[in-house]
Amino acid sequence: MSKKDMKAYWKENLGYLAILLSIWFLVSYVFGILLVDQLNSIKMGGFKLGFWFAQQGSMYVFVILIFVYVRLMNKLDKKYGVDE
Amino acid sequence: MGILTWTWILVGITFALYIGIAIWARAGSSKEFYVAGGGVPPIMNGMATAADWMSAASFISLAGIVSFTGYDGSVYLMGWTGGYVLLALLLAPYLRKFGKFTVPDFIGDRYYSNTARVVAVIAALIVSFTYVAGQMRGVGIVFSRYLEVDINTGVYIGMAIVLFYAVLGGMKGITYTQVAQYCVLIFAFMVPAIFISFQMTGNPIPQLGFGGAGEDGIYLLDKLDGLQQQLGFNEYTSGSKSMIDVFAITVALMVGTAGLPHVIVRFFTVPKVKDARVSAGWALLFIAILYTTVPAVAVFARTKLIETVSNAEYAELPEWFGNWEKTGLLQFDDKNGDGIVQYVADKAENELTIDRDIMVLANPEIAQLPNWVIALVGAGGLAAALSTAAGLLLVIASSISHDLFKKIIKPDISEKGELIAARLSAFVAVLIAGYFGINPPGFVAAVVALAFGLAAASFFPAILLGIFDKRMNKEGAISGMIVGLSLMFFYMAKYKLGWMGEMPPASEWWFGISPEGFGTVAMIVNFVVSLIVSRVTPAPPEEVQEIVEHIRIPSGAGEASGH
Repeated sequence: MSKKDMKAYWKENLGYLAILLSIWFLVSYVFGILLVDQLNSIKMGGFKLGFWFAQQGSMYVFVILIFVYVRLMNKLDKKYGVDE
Repeated sequence: MGILTWTWILVGITFALYIGIAIWARAGSSKEFYVAGGGVPPIMNGMATAADWMSAASFISLAGIVSFTGYDGSVYLMGWTGGYVLLALLLAPYLRKFGKFTVPDFIGDRYYSNTARVVAVIAALIVSFTYVAGQMRGVGIVFSRYLEVDINTGVYIGMAIVLFYAVLGGMKGITYTQVAQYCVLIFAFMVPAIFISFQMTGNPIPQLGFGGAGEDGIYLLDKLDGLQQQLGFNEYTSGSKSMIDVFAITVALMVGTAGLPHVIVRFFTVPKVKDARVSAGWALLFIAILYTTVPAVAVFARTKLIETVSNAEYAELPEWFGNWEKTGLLQFDDKNGDGIVQYVADKAENELTIDRDIMVLANPEIAQLPNWVIALVGAGGLAAALSTAAGLLLVIASSISHDLFKKIIKPDISEKGELIAARLSAFVAVLIAGYFGINPPGFVAAVVALAFGLAAASFFPAILLGIFDKRMNKEGAISGMIVGLSLMFFYMAKYKLGWMGEMPPASEWWFGISPEGFGTVAMIVNFVVSLIVSRVTPAPPEEVQEIVEHIRIPSGAGEASGH
């Protein structure tokens, strides 16, 4: 792998991290904590939305985020020929 | 059959299973002892990580904590799951590529310094010992509640079992017993939860029943909010902690999770970088099954409990009330002498004291589930406590035999000698942990929650910067770890343990952040100190910068470019 490819690979990786971690921050810290009172005025079935994010939704999203990351990285590894 | 008989049968079967696995999976080399030979399939590693991670506290106490704190309990739910996203995205794949046995290994090599290694070993030992003492105590408590033996006898039995498979099997034995323990504990947690959810809401899936309605057509959460307010408590779905503290505690728990050595080391056991990524995903999925059920159980149990006992005639309460009164987990004190249970927020008028652990322990009885389900919860609690204790003991053992003995004191030790040293340190670690289990220092319970703050303040920044900042050098990392750790210690000693004169009130907390959340502040300070110090001291040597480039590329291709 050339230096240039390595730089490009790392840059794409960091791009993925930035997006995924923003979502991670959004569902837990923003929806579950900072905006919890505002979101609680919206109801989803028996749940107040902010409360639901804090005690259910954020955790579902966490799981999905990791599996999305795995898929993205496996593809990226293939693209740069660094998969095993 | 009675509950006790069922418990002995289930505990007997599961223990025989653990021992059988340990004999089958004995470690033959030091690589097998430290990282299970590096050949654990990702799904299995995910299960083992989940069992390793979920302690007796997660299994027994968490639902109770959430149940009594409502929204505020979210810090534990988000905090103890969100860290896996950080682990999967920021740490695990790179540490796996680095390909060593322990966390101090990484710190020592990346920062080309035995001082850094020793600081990391000390931090690993502090974090792991504070954590393991609570686990051994947990084993004893579960034994005493379910099998009617003395707590200390319970600790001895637990020590003997852990000793057997940790010393014999090392990481390999521990991994495969943890897989079995995960299955036991998740089954034991889910069966009563499904029963109760169905009973209360007609929906067998607790995560959905949680937002469902009871027979009266009122949403459960609305009903509970109403009940809580009637009795003078906070509304269940809104909290009483300040927003900044909730934020800080959640960060500290997440980052602490990602920095705990016994969790990180699990990702050294899989064959490839890509396995490390996906096994973090499996681990979180397996953890989330329990963690998304916990808040549902908390609501079911709390509603049921209030409905059953509040304003009920003491003489007419169901049988389980008397049973749990005997254990001291429920205490009724008829202050106004009217023979009726007044359960209210006002301390002067409240007549009922409820231990939070009862929410999981007594739940099956309150919901009138069959005896075998009640016994199952006991076996599950033991599985949770034993699996976590074993994982921690392994970190302690490898810190001593590998990081201190092999890397610093006696580098020419033979493979066989190192394996003996590893077994010996595991043996000694079990004895020390057992000692703390039997004579728990008063501060243990308080300190366990702070183990996360310590991990967040020490390891997380050093590892993260080691991967993502090529310019980070030993001066920066060492000073960051020392300052972060000391600051956390100071805050803990002053505001949590009261070791510095009289304990200051909560109003004096810095920025309004509790000791549980202070790891966040200490972590930020660690980052700042590391970055500043590293920029005014020489860059790390060329070969170290090449290591960093090398770990960023998953395949062996990176190796060809450098060394």
